[in-house]
Amino acid sequence: MAAIATPRIGVFATRAHRQEFIAMLVLRAASTFVVVAISALFLYLAIEGTKLFTVDHVSPFQFLFSPVFNPDANKPGSLVFIVGSLSVTLFAVLVGGPFGIAVGVFLAELAPPRMVAAMKPAIEVLVGIPSVVYGWIGLTLLVPLIRTVTGSNGFGLLAAGTVLSVMILPTVITLSEDAMRTVPNSLREGSLAMGATRWQTISRVLLPAAASGLTVAVILGIARAIGETLAVQLVIGNAAVLPQGLLGATAALPTEIVIDMAGAQQGSLLEHALFSMAFLLLLIAMALILAVRFALRKRA
Amino acid sequence: MHKTAVAAALFLVGTSFVPRIASADTSITAAGSTALLPLVKAAADQYQSQHPDVKIAVSGGGSGTGINQVVQKAVDIGDSDIMAAGHPELVDHRVAAVGFALIAHPGVRVTNLTKKQIQDIFSEKVQNWKDVGGADVKITVINRPRNSGTRAVFTKTIMGDVSISSAGLTEDATGSVVTTVKSTPGAISYAAFSGTHNQQGIVELKIDGVAPTDENVQSGKYPVWSYEHMYTNGPPNAAISRFLAFVTSNSELLHKAGYILIRDMRVHESDR
Repeated sequence: MAAIATPRIGVFATRAHRQEFIAMLVLRAASTFVVVAISALFLYLAIEGTKLFTVDHVSPFQFLFSPVFNPDANKPGSLVFIVGSLSVTLFAVLVGGPFGIAVGVFLAELAPPRMVAAMKPAIEVLVGIPSVVYGWIGLTLLVPLIRTVTGSNGFGLLAAGTVLSVMILPTVITLSEDAMRTVPNSLREGSLAMGATRWQTISRVLLPAAASGLTVAVILGIARAIGETLAVQLVIGNAAVLPQGLLGATAALPTEIVIDMAGAQQGSLLEHALFSMAFLLLLIAMALILAVRFALRKRA
Repeated sequence: MHKTAVAAALFLVGTSFVPRIASADTSITAAGSTALLPLVKAAADQYQSQHPDVKIAVSGGGSGTGINQVVQKAVDIGDSDIMAAGHPELVDHRVAAVGFALIAHPGVRVTNLTKKQIQDIFSEKVQNWKDVGGADVKITVINRPRNSGTRAVFTKTIMGDVSISSAGLTEDATGSVVTTVKSTPGAISYAAFSGTHNQQGIVELKIDGVAPTDENVQSGKYPVWSYEHMYTNGPPNAAISRFLAFVTSNSELLHKAGYILIRDMRVHESDR
């Protein structure tokens, strides 16, 4: 430290200025990095994902609507996987959605505070369980159970959909509870003061008021379900055929990617087809996020 | 406090650039065929205990993965049940031969199938075991994925021009095929002897009356077998050469793990 302090000028005049400058630099750099990374990812998937159409001259129509997936014979039809993904997701949302919303409503409206305090951590644990564990439990408990009850081989849409229904529960429960809690108390009080029962209050006043929040809960549940890979792969059967009813084995977009990607040679039609599926998943995810935005805007 | 933070940051940044202290250990990586995996694993364990300075990391993934990874130099050795076509840079080391058994759940009450019956089952022309002389149980076909060498060998030696129906289930490793066949009534699949011999709870089927044994493979009576390849990208270095020689020459290990010494083969791939 110099004995005589020399007067300093400019942005670094004081320690606070210096800290300010560094902090802003770090925040800007981090944000720029994220934007660049996301754009790069999107661009890469968009380029690789369209090579099937630009390099291999497969028509997008064939990719989307043909059920014949035989890349060795230049037939990369992915209808089976698209239908597979949509059906397991639909199943998960039809089962897990109402269930999750019911629990969310219970936590927000009926449960005594102590019970909420006990259930919250339990639900958070559900989020933390790795998907391989869900899949493994599905494989060792659910698949044999379905096999014994129905006489099918156990693998298929039902098993995958059931595992997914459980996996989306924490998302749906947490978000629908939040949605219920944001409904103003005046609505609750007004309804009860009019002589409505609790159920009438919930079903006729609170649920409609929370509708957009609940929609978001379900959409994010869908987003969770459609991208799930490992847990689904273990129980869906991985058969490249359209599901023959609930018990039929089939395959989904992410499971097909994970099964074939390691063996796909660089630049091969198979690799291009898998990238197209990945790009399609990205587009679906983006569509879901847009749907969330739309649902939230309606509320505002 | 400020200085500590800066020092910590510098330390964190610094450590990622400082090269790790060079160790005297040699490390070898191998990946690919799950039919060859038991042999490479057993050989690696034994070799490492004899040569403590060598570290060998072995993983599966399937033959297609093995070839892909060695082409990209992601691993030193790519294990495969099939020849790697179209990669002139790869050097082939044939380490053993292995037979592949057709395996089924014991409840199907069938011990022998003709080649034609197998083709009918895997192309879904026949969907119940009673149509091939077994119990009244629905057939569940389990296949290996596209990149599997085992599937390629099965296709080449049994299916011929008949294509495998895509309706079957898919399991992506020899081990999981065997586990699924054990637990699924009516299941049928195919896997290397190294994964099926000495297994309880499955039946190894005869093909046209010929039992899936090493002896029948060696004499050429049993049709489903292949050489096992360990590919290197370019000629192997000294350490890898020594390990490959160890795998190929260790007859006791080969037999115990369910493989056949190449010099014991009295029939050749070209004879088929």
